[in-house]
Parts: sequence; structure tokens; C-alpha cells
Amino acid sequence: MSGQATLKEAGLTALLSMVLALPLIGLETVEEQGGLTLDTRLLWVLLIGAAVFAGRLGLIAWRSRKTVGTSTAAARRASALGETMHGIMPWIAGAAILFAVIMPFLPFANRTVVDLATLVLIYVMLGWGLNIVVGLAGLLDLGYVAFYAIGAYSFAMLAMHADFTFWMALPFAGLFACAFGVILGFPVLRLRGDYLAIVTLGFGEMIRIILLNWYHVTGGPDGISGIPRPGLFGLEFTRNGDPAFHEFFGLEYSSMYRLMFLYYLILILALITNWVTLRLRRLPIGRAWEALREDEIASRALGLNPTAVKLSAFAIGAMFGGFAGAFFATRQGFISPESFTFIESAIILAIVVLGGMGSQVGVVIAAVIMIGLPEWFRELQEYRMLLFGAGMVVIMVLRPRGLLSKRNPTIRLHAKKAGAMR
Amino acid sequence: MSEPLLDVRGVETFYGNIQALHGVDLTINKGEIVTLIGANGAGKSTLLMTICGTPRARSGTIRFEGEDITNAETFTIVRRGIAQSPEGRRIFPKMTVLENLQLGAITAPEARFQDNLDAAFTLFPRLAERRTQRGGTLSGGEQQMLAIARALMSDPKLLLLDEPSLGLAPIIVRQIFDAIRTINQQRGMTVFLVEQNAFHALRLAHRGYVMVNGVITLSGSGQDLLSNPEVRAAYLEGGH
Ligand SMILES: Nc1ncnc2c1ncn2[C@@H]1O[C@H](COP(=O)(O)OP(=O)(O)O)[C@@H](O)[C@H]1O
Ligand SMILES: [Mg+2]
Repeated sequence: MSGQATLKEAGLTALLSMVLALPLIGLETVEEQGGLTLDTRLLWVLLIGAAVFAGRLGLIAWRSRKTVGTSTAAARRASALGETMHGIMPWIAGAAILFAVIMPFLPFANRTVVDLATLVLIYVMLGWGLNIVVGLAGLLDLGYVAFYAIGAYSFAMLAMHADFTFWMALPFAGLFACAFGVILGFPVLRLRGDYLAIVTLGFGEMIRIILLNWYHVTGGPDGISGIPRPGLFGLEFTRNGDPAFHEFFGLEYSSMYRLMFLYYLILILALITNWVTLRLRRLPIGRAWEALREDEIASRALGLNPTAVKLSAFAIGAMFGGFAGAFFATRQGFISPESFTFIESAIILAIVVLGGMGSQVGVVIAAVIMIGLPEWFRELQEYRMLLFGAGMVVIMVLRPRGLLSKRNPTIRLHAKKAGAMR
Repeated sequence: MSEPLLDVRGVETFYGNIQALHGVDLTINKGEIVTLIGANGAGKSTLLMTICGTPRARSGTIRFEGEDITNAETFTIVRRGIAQSPEGRRIFPKMTVLENLQLGAITAPEARFQDNLDAAFTLFPRLAERRTQRGGTLSGGEQQMLAIARALMSDPKLLLLDEPSLGLAPIIVRQIFDAIRTINQQRGMTVFLVEQNAFHALRLAHRGYVMVNGVITLSGSGQDLLSNPEVRAAYLEGGH
């Protein structure tokens, strides 16, 4: 691009941003005696214009550097990086799990940290569950939150009305979500790509609206409160539980124990999700998911039944969503349709996509970035969402196919024994 | 004569309102290599796909081992023993050679896997060397070998090959055609070979059919068709 054109483009971008910034940032409502008055902040608008101008110039420079000359070298560097990442990935994963296990005992681990880590792990688990559907089977599901909601509500109702404990209700929550996955999947899985996305989006909204309006069962917008907290083999995490955890182990009562217990609970649930996914990937069923994602016609020519294969991915993904929902319900003690809006589906999907469709470690990194950082920087108030948006743009510019987009073979072996490993 | 392995009678296939096959008759007997030649757009691929059930024939019948499969689902047709190496190979590019072969075997009994794998690697030693390489990084010839090997992994009774020589160097084409002859002679595999490379295909095949605009216009032994003046004029002269 010529120098003049570059300047023109950067100038236009800056102008556009200033036009947008004028009403959004340039005006401020100030409370004074006698009502609200408007204050102008023109300096801010100019600053934004300057920042966008500089940023645009930088982006153009970056792009041209990439396309001119060095592109093959850059590609080679990227693929070499990918290979190295592969070698050390198991170590990173192992270290991450070890860290997750000892984290609550580290000096910095106060209530906030453990609670935030629990939240991140919920999304890691949801990300891993959705990864089966989107990453492995290649089905764009925009309504994953529906299964999360079904898990949460079925747990809440079983616990409230049938006196089920967490552990008794957990399998049912997964089972219900799974059943709904099949019921929804059966008619719609013949659809492809965009059409499937729209129908799943509709399904997610439908479930939320049913929960909102089925007042005498779900409590409608009031939700369900007083959902029992989980116990450890019958030990309760309350001050005067009977029997109480702290008394049983001769400890001082501390509400920290419950937080830690919840943390370990979701850690275990998430790791089970991961383990099952990794196992399934090595079985014919997992291979069939990936084959269908890569080439549906070729898969059919190999004798795969696309509907059955997709349905299995959908159902298993839904099941893990249901488990996560049950955990969410027991952690919060209160659920309402508010918690299961479309934005949740979008965030979970963003975690999967940012992580690099199909990458298990990528999901963890993306969940930390998407959930952990915005919560952590809560003091920055509205700017954190700005930074968050900027972060997503940066990731998509630098790694358009996600953070870790390289696929791991399901088998890596040398010589003869390959067949025996099946 | 005994019953043919595959019997296609009066098959008509449409894409929407456009008719691609106008009443195709064709038989394939056990142990034969039968070739179908024709220009681009004649309907060769459409016939192969119709045999596999996508798209379905609107009229006519297709019988495999005497049973009507005209309206069967694709995956059940494949499970009966028809394997296809589709046009353009369609291997799974992100998966390794071994994973591609495992997918080929997904309908076959587990116990047969090792034997079939060994047979595939004997047929194409090149694939054995590259078993951990991703399909997308193979050369065109290797990808074609993989597509054929993948189809063979299901222990089929009938192997359908759609233009295996497409876009390959002559020396590779010869290797591929040698391999087809080998599986036919050593294992008695029945092969239905769709080709534009008429010269090689007719020399290899026991019998051949010529298709023009969705109709079979000529048929006969490979030798007869090779010396047929019409075939020579349309498909052989000037080329190869
Ligand atoms: N998916 C499709 N949709 C519509 N028309 C198609 C489709 N596939 C093939 N055709 C048409 O059917 C005719 C036969 O095509 P094809 O079977 O691919 O020929 P060949 O394999 O002999 O080159 C062509 O006219 C082609 O344009
Ligand atoms: Mg064709």
C-alpha cells in the first residue's frame, strides 16, 4: 500500500472512531443540583482518534511485513512452534493439573482466588463438553446453555422435591440433558452449518423461555432457591452440620472448607470430562466424529451413518453440560433463567473457538482469559470489557484459527504395533 | 451364466430438474475389472454415486448380489460390501495415514484389521513408510494410494474407483494401475474403474462401457473397445 493510501485509511478509521466516540464518550451526564446536565469531554474524543490512527497504522505495517518476503519464514516459524508445543504439551498439561490440585493450599489462595478458580473450572468443563460437539464433530451449536440449564433445573428439582443428594442426582442431571440432546438432535442434525446453528440457538432460547413461564414448576423469574449444598460422604460443610466436616476432622469451622470442596468437586468433574473425551477420541466413535467434521461425503462413503454419529456427539456433549449445570446449581444454591441466557452459549463457544477448535489445553487457556481475567480486573470497571474486546481481536489477528489449532494424532507409534493399539 | 455381482437396470438420476443419467444398463460379474470411460460431465461419477445411494436413482433398479439396493441408505450399501475411492480422493487431510486407514476399516470386524492393514502396506509400501504423516501432506500419488487402501480396509466385495489417475504423473499412474491389477489377480477383487484415461483403463479391464451424456453408447471387451474406430477417434487419438 502506498504511503498516501495508508495515511488516508488510518485517517478515515480515526475519523469514524471519533464520530462514534462523540456520543459514547464525548458526553458525560453530571448530577448537579436541579437535575442532570451534560458535560463534554472533547479531549477524550481526540485522544481516541489519535490512538485509533496510530493503531491502524501499526496494523497496516504489521500486515505488510507479514505478506512481504517473510511470509514463508513466518509460516515455518509458526509450524516449528507448533511442533515444539506438541512435544511439551503433555508436560504443560501435567504441570497444570498438579498446580490445580495444590492451588488452594498456596499462600495467595484466599477465598476470592478459590472462588474465581471454581468459576473458571465450570467454564473449562463446559468448554470441554462443547468441544466434543463443535471441535470434534464440527457441529455449530449455539444453544449449549440449554443443556447446562436442564442439568441445573433437574438437579434442583430432584433435590428439592425428591430429597436426592447431590451424588444421587448428578447422574440424572446428565441423563436428562443427554435425553434432551437426543430429542433436539434427532430432527435437526440433518441440517448443516448455519441452519443447525440457528435451530440450536432457537432451542436454547426456547428452554429459557419455558423455564421463565412454567411458573408452578420452575418458579419462573423467581427461580429456585435453597438448593441443598453437597456433602462429602454425608459430612456437611456448615457450622452446625450433623455430622459436620470440621467436627469430624477436628478442625476449626471455616467457610473456606466448603469453597475448597466445591473447587475440588468441579476439578474432578472437569478432569473426568477431559479424560472421557480423550478416550473417546481414540475409539472408533471419536474417529467417526472427526471424519464427519472433515468430510461428510467421504465419511458416508466409508459406511458411517451421519445422523447416528452426530447424535452421539450431541448427546455426550449435552450430558457434560448437564453435569456442569448440576454443579452450578449446588454451588449457587439458587438458580433462575437469568443464568442461562444466550450470552452464556456465546461465551462457551468463544472459549472453544479461541482455544482452537478441538484443543483440550486451548480450552483451558481460553477459559482463563475469557472468565478469569475479566473477573480479576473487576476494579477497572467498564474498561475491562474494552480490554477484553481488544484481547479477543488481538488473538484473532495473531492466531486466526485459535490459540492451539494443531490437531494431535490419536495414535503416535512407530513400526509394527500400530494395529494392536486399536 | 451365474448372477452378476452388480446389476444396474434402466437407472435414471436427476439433480433437481436436470437429468444426469438416462436409463443406464450395466453389469459387473464377480472377479472382473470393468471400466467405464467417457468425457468430462458424461455422468460417470453420478453413476458411481447412485450405486452408493447418494443421489438416489429416480427410476430403474440396482441389484447387488441379487438384492435390490436402489433405495437403501448409503451406509447400509457400504456395509453390504461396496467400497468407493471417490473422485478427488477425499482423504482426511488432518489425519495421519494410519488414522485414515482405521476409518476405512470402521465397518469391518476388528479381528480383520491387522490382516487388512498388512495387505494395504504390502500393496503400497509407500504408505507404510508414511503411516504417521498427515494425509494432507502426502503427494497426489500417495493420496490416491491412500484412498484406494482406505477403501480396501473394509474388505469389500466390489471396489469402485473414480478416476484414480486424475492429475498424476504417468509413472505414478502405472503404479496405481499395476496395484489394481494385483488386487484383482491375487485377491480376486471385483473392480469397477471409472476413467478418462481410456487407453490405460481399457488395457487393464476385462470389459468396458462408454458413456456419453448419461447414456451407455458402447460396450465390449477391453480389446474390442481399444480397436473400435469410434472409441479411437473420441478417446484415444491425439492423447496418450
Ligand atoms: N451435485 C450436482 N448438482 C447438479 N448437477 C451436477 C452435480 N454433480 C454433477 N452434476 C451434473 O451432472 C452431469 C454429470 O456429471 P458427473 O457425473 O460428475 O460427470 P463425470 O464424472 O462423467 O465427469 C454434469 O452435467 C454435471 O454438471
Ligand atoms: Mg467424474
